Amino acid sequence: MAILEVNSIRKSFGSVEVLKNISFTMEKGEVVSIIGSSGSGKTTLLRCLNFLERPDGGSIKVHGETVFDAGDPATQRESEVRRKRLHFGLVFQSFNLFPQYTALKNVMLAGELLAKERPDYRANKKAIVAQIEEEAKALLDQVGLSHRMMNYPWQLSGGQQQRVAIARALALKPDILCFDEPTSALDPELTGEVLRVIRSLKSDDRTMIIVTHEMGFARDVSDQVIFMDGGVIVEKGHPMELMNNPKEERTKQFLSRLGQNNA
Amino acid sequence: MQLFLQQFPIVVRSLNIGFLQTMKLFFVTLIGALPLGLLIAFGSMSRVKPLSVFTRLFVWIVRGSPLMIQLLIIFYFPGIVLHQTIWGGGEAGRFAAASTAFIINYACYFSEIYRGGIQSVPVGQEEAGLVLGMTKSQIFFHVKLSQVIKRIVPPMSNEIITLVKDTSLARIIALQEIIWAGQAFMKSSQGISGAIWPLFFTAVYYLACNGLLTLLFGWVERKLGYYKV
Repeated sequence: MAILEVNSIRKSFGSVEVLKNISFTMEKGEVVSIIGSSGSGKTTLLRCLNFLERPDGGSIKVHGETVFDAGDPATQRESEVRRKRLHFGLVFQSFNLFPQYTALKNVMLAGELLAKERPDYRANKKAIVAQIEEEAKALLDQVGLSHRMMNYPWQLSGGQQQRVAIARALALKPDILCFDEPTSALDPELTGEVLRVIRSLKSDDRTMIIVTHEMGFARDVSDQVIFMDGGVIVEKGHPMELMNNPKEERTKQFLSRLGQNNA
Repeated sequence: MQLFLQQFPIVVRSLNIGFLQTMKLFFVTLIGALPLGLLIAFGSMSRVKPLSVFTRLFVWIVRGSPLMIQLLIIFYFPGIVLHQTIWGGGEAGRFAAASTAFIINYACYFSEIYRGGIQSVPVGQEEAGLVLGMTKSQIFFHVKLSQVIKRIVPPMSNEIITLVKDTSLARIIALQEIIWAGQAFMKSSQGISGAIWPLFFTAVYYLACNGLLTLLFGWVERKLGYYKV
């Protein structure tokens, strides 16, 4: 069964239709890259998946469970949304770390708050927090920041901050991890370390959706590339196929424009 | 000089009593206005249009008119216009009226500082909390509040230092605070008459108090200086 089914998602801001009838599916462990020029709707699509925007139409299924259906208000209740958005994790372009907490606390905070809702929290508080801390430390180690755990965000480089943000998103064990242009706010020499971490996640068999402008990276890491333009999916397919041999005129134009810029 | 040394202890004793009343008004205003200001801030940010319009109108009126006039209206209006004094007589009544006027006035100023502080937290902070499954109130208390406090300490310290000095306006309804106590010696009090220096000397009390507050706020700022927003 597909881990994610997106059916006919539509979203407008005022009179501007940003997403027009978006549909795609993903299998568990698959990595999907979404490419396209600014304003094509890529980010809005990710925000819809993470319930930061409410689509005007369509439905979203995770593991076959309908987590959102525009026609069914019962799927949109605030209390439900909070639980269901945990299927997804989101890494932001601008990191959005909590500045007042250390790297370690940034990774732990959400887990600690969720644990407070467990019935056995009071009785086992110490053990629960210790376990959350242990997992957080392991995640920071995994993104190569075990020596930076006690640093505050302002003491970290952009690349390090983004790696903390990735660890933070992983801490809640999302089924699908989304990246919204994770390297766009970084200096060119810092993108490598972040892309390396994302690559290492692929070898862990994580299901990921990556909105990116890094074409080489998208080609290497993805199982499927989606090209969006003007709020629709113009073309999707295997990365080699789509990038080396695009079928649609708009895809060709987009890729050749990029090629000129990079040359 | 001889005369001054004779007068000094008498004046200081009298000013101390007045300053006690000044401090009482100061703290009562803070205790009332700090939380009330937060309520007004939420009111003015409310998505319920009538509520936010009403709140902003109220804040405009209170901030837009002199505190001295507000004091006079709150103190005299019930008696003169409604023929029903609600403040009772004497110093206690004057204090209740002055506190009410100060709390309302300062809550409005504080509310605008709170609103600025809350709205200056980047929207990405809330979104990061949301995608991590936090509730709105968890986001407010665990993510935003510290950042809001850090941002509002400088403007709040400004406002609170102004409050120390503004308490002198309560003189207009004859509250027996420190200005009133100093002024008494200009006419005649405790065998001293025609002395203007006690009134000037009250400034020392304000200065000392605001010196302490400046140190306190400096300490708070340093406490929150471990991170940057």
